[in-house]
Amino acid sequence: MKTLVQSIRLTLVLTALLCVIYPVFISFASKMAKGKGNGETITVNGKVVGYALLGQKFDKPQYFWSRPSAVGYNAAGSAGSNKGPSNPDYLKEVSNRIDTLLKYNPGIKRSDIPADMVTASGSGLDPDISPAGAIIQINRIAAVRKLDEQKVAALVKEHTEKPMFGPAKVNVLKLNVALDELK
Amino acid sequence: MNTELSGILISFAITLLIAIPLGKYLARMFAGEKVWTDFMKPIENLIYKLSGISPSQPMNWKQFLKAMITINSLWLVYGFFMLMFQDKLPLNPDGNPGMTADLAFNSIISFVANTNLQHYSGESGATYLIQHFIFMFLQFTSAATGIACAVAVFKALRDKTTNDVGNFWVYLVRSVTRLLLPLSIVLALILAFNGTPASYAGKDQFISMQGDTVNVSRGPAAQFIAIKHLGTNGGGWFGANSAHPLENPNYTTNIAEIVAQMLVPIAMVLAFGYFTRRKKMGWVIFGVMTIGMLMLMIPTIFSELGGNPAIAKMGVSQSTGAMEGKEVRVGPMATAYWSTLTTIVSTGSVNGMHDSTMPLTGLWQMLGMMINAFFGGCGVGVLNYLIYIIIAVFISGLMVGRTPEFLGHKVEAREVKIAALITLLSPFLILAGTALASYVFTNYGAANWAVKPSAWLNNPSYHGFSEMLYENTSSNANNGSGFEGLGDNNIFWNVSTGIIILLGRFLPIIGPVAIAGLLAQKKYIPESAGTLRTDTVTFGIMTFAVILVLNALSYFPALVLGPIAEHFTMLK
Repeated sequence: MKTLVQSIRLTLVLTALLCVIYPVFISFASKMAKGKGNGETITVNGKVVGYALLGQKFDKPQYFWSRPSAVGYNAAGSAGSNKGPSNPDYLKEVSNRIDTLLKYNPGIKRSDIPADMVTASGSGLDPDISPAGAIIQINRIAAVRKLDEQKVAALVKEHTEKPMFGPAKVNVLKLNVALDELK
Repeated sequence: MNTELSGILISFAITLLIAIPLGKYLARMFAGEKVWTDFMKPIENLIYKLSGISPSQPMNWKQFLKAMITINSLWLVYGFFMLMFQDKLPLNPDGNPGMTADLAFNSIISFVANTNLQHYSGESGATYLIQHFIFMFLQFTSAATGIACAVAVFKALRDKTTNDVGNFWVYLVRSVTRLLLPLSIVLALILAFNGTPASYAGKDQFISMQGDTVNVSRGPAAQFIAIKHLGTNGGGWFGANSAHPLENPNYTTNIAEIVAQMLVPIAMVLAFGYFTRRKKMGWVIFGVMTIGMLMLMIPTIFSELGGNPAIAKMGVSQSTGAMEGKEVRVGPMATAYWSTLTTIVSTGSVNGMHDSTMPLTGLWQMLGMMINAFFGGCGVGVLNYLIYIIIAVFISGLMVGRTPEFLGHKVEAREVKIAALITLLSPFLILAGTALASYVFTNYGAANWAVKPSAWLNNPSYHGFSEMLYENTSSNANNGSGFEGLGDNNIFWNVSTGIIILLGRFLPIIGPVAIAGLLAQKKYIPESAGTLRTDTVTFGIMTFAVILVLNALSYFPALVLGPIAEHFTMLK
């Protein structure tokens, strides 16, 4: 009985420390971070068009496409496809994605397509594509928007991040915002 | 050099750079020697005073376990009701509903047991109140429980003859105030300043560039993600865990999170050596565990970098590795590295979906959890390894024809019986659980549960079997990761894995504490020329052999039916 009372009292004390003082302190400190602890947003003409870290659906021809998403870029219900590598239905889906890419991006070969453009991300919210994933879309973008190909290619290059550690990547939302501003 | 390779090398280097001094510090701190965190003493004394605890009171191993079990039972009961009625409690800006009884049963056991197997989804299944006051609270205290029990074992094994294994409350409180909380503050700040939300604001809404209306789940996540890694818990704030860009915004945070989950497990192994004044033994164990880790990790990395041969056949380049279920900013190599570590140290957080990894990767992931002693969870990893040591001491003793001894105490029938039972428990729970699930799946496919058994599996054939095997393995190992395609939020999986987690958590803690307590009560025998030395490389190899043989015998058939069969079908 004494142990139980001690347990209850210790639980209450630790709750105050770990569930009130600690998180409120961090929350307060995060006000100094970008996005003030609410997540950093990207604004165009005073309107929020998205979160810097969250991928969103881009499937119209005039925009650089994001990766496939198992949840349709639902930022309130993240998930991967959880399809196994040998699943026949899944492989059919991948094959369809390849066909779609080949259809909308004339001039590219199968071997130009990087794996990330035909596979769903882990979160369903991947904000990035690989540089190769952007490069295969340059032709299409230039044609649809009647822009100079060189100019689009330069834009992709400018938005390619090559960190010291980890893979190179292109943030799709930021790239598309810049694309809309391109004359 | 390749930036992905340098990325994982730097991760490991940072891990060791922090973990080694941390191990020395933990040994001194728990032994009550002078350390720089002594400035926490007034706060700790206040905690003891408010809780009516006398910190200087000694405990024998039974009193120690009684305290541990009492407070953990309290958390189970209190948490269960909080989860069921979370919709009626405050701090629910997104209007999430209460949990069903079976889901609440599973979830509360899962968090009390440091497992964090989540059959709900973070965005819609738990309110902010529950995430912080129950789940995050337990992420601290379950890790501290494991550490406290390990320290009791350290003390029992260090002292020559004693009844006193130390005060449970003191170890528990100190694990929080002098280890988990300070490190969590640092990690939470790193995450918050890299873009992880940390405020209490609820869902947001915006119109995307293509005109879609998008709802965004947010919340005080940085605080939670910090301790989820430091305490080897692994439960995600969001459904996609650390694959979610808000949980793991960039490669820097990826390094921070992977380092964080390795720190305490490695430090505890070294602390064992320093605490018991057998430094060499700590390093030998560290060596065995590191070799075991590399044996699982290197093939995993190659398996993922090789990509999916079925997609390669379609003509799509796999030069960047298998990308299904992975994130571009993390890449396949860091995902493979993470997947090995998260399965051996029982964190169970993921930065890529394990269900979509290559078959052999799944094999290594499951094997890591089956062994569950290559560093292992906070505190419990050392305890699991201790069981293997007792078996190794016993077998070595038989081989040389002497009474087995460990650290100056005779290992007799009672201790070996406990160790043998604990060793048999894991294969029993994993294999019986999987057999039962397979039986229900094949015979009662139409049962009217929240998810019909016939619809459990997200993938056909061998991979589907792996989903069930993985779920049971993860539960027993208190890991908490999953082949998440499995439709697990229904009464069968909630109850069966709940029971497996509970047994797989507490028996392997009670066993080693009892063994250590029993050993410590015996007469101390000074080492002589005839003593089997347990701090040598030879004995390290012996223990390693015991681990390999036991696990191969237990799990090989099940693994053949799952990942190995799938691998060979893909070669065709």
